[in-house]
Amino acid sequence: MTTETSAPVASDADTAAAALVAPGDSNDHGPTTGISNTKLAMWLFLGSECLLFGGLISTYLLYKTRRGPDNLAIPTDVFDIPFTSISSFVLLMSSLTMVLALAALTRGDNHGARVWLLATSMLGGVFIGGQVYEFTSFLREGVGFTNNPASSAFYALTGFHGVHVSLGIVMLMSLFVASWQGKLRQEHSETVEIVGLYWHFVDVVWIFIFTVIYLVPA
Amino acid sequence: MNTTTSEHEAPDAEEATVPKEATVPEDGAREHSEHEHPSDWDYVKIALILAVITAVEVFTYFESVYDWGSLLIPSLLIMMVVKFWLVATWFMHLKFDNPIFSKMFVGGLLLAVGVYVAALAAFEFWA
Repeated sequence: MTTETSAPVASDADTAAAALVAPGDSNDHGPTTGISNTKLAMWLFLGSECLLFGGLISTYLLYKTRRGPDNLAIPTDVFDIPFTSISSFVLLMSSLTMVLALAALTRGDNHGARVWLLATSMLGGVFIGGQVYEFTSFLREGVGFTNNPASSAFYALTGFHGVHVSLGIVMLMSLFVASWQGKLRQEHSETVEIVGLYWHFVDVVWIFIFTVIYLVPA
Repeated sequence: MNTTTSEHEAPDAEEATVPKEATVPEDGAREHSEHEHPSDWDYVKIALILAVITAVEVFTYFESVYDWGSLLIPSLLIMMVVKFWLVATWFMHLKFDNPIFSKMFVGGLLLAVGVYVAALAAFEFWA
């Protein structure tokens, strides 16, 4: 009996109610794993990203001393470790502000979450600004993208990482705007957590790059 | 099913029905409630440890102040792994989340390390 009465085409009210329960998300699928599908997908994606950055880092390690036939400058000749250290520190601290944003939203502090999201994206912006400055100064000192295999591998690696950080900033700003408009509430904490996972991942990749590429002597 | 039936039978009951369903937490909220999250101060303490390690890393660059000798590279790699582990376990919540996430991430990480160590060996990187 109940099957027949519930069969009619869903009304607009039904659709709206469904959207209220799971706003803009597919989490109501009831995963048989008992864990969120979107979070699982993000972790799977991050696992695959390890392979992408592993390839780029390995390529740089293979080519880092190759000056090419014209014996041109390579990135290790012009590294500015104190400057890069500050950039690294800024990115590291952005992970703190990110996790504080999630903690604030989880306990229902929307204003706090908004402030920390903005702080995270600003710290990310400072990191990107530092990278642009670094690339510009390297170019001035004669380390061009096509100079030699070492330069190409360096720019490809750090450039890819920079693109990841930039995409992270776009996501963070989107969350900030959504929060500003009142669309980001406590029940959306998983969305912030997923963006946070991505952000922390670009941070741990930089932890690796900073040590292996910048600090370990050639 | 009964809920759906009651919605169609009595439209006025919709409002009463929807909040009842809305109280069921989403997956994320459910997972959050399954475990205790660290406090903000815990996160700040982790960040302070990360900052100190980074400062020591940078300190190794200034050989004129202290020469680490043959300990330099192992020290740098250990500090890198500790930082990586702290961010992954605390900030990415792997320490508190379902172990399947750790397996997913560590699986990709180990696969990457294995593949690229093999690739570097093939190119005689350590020769």
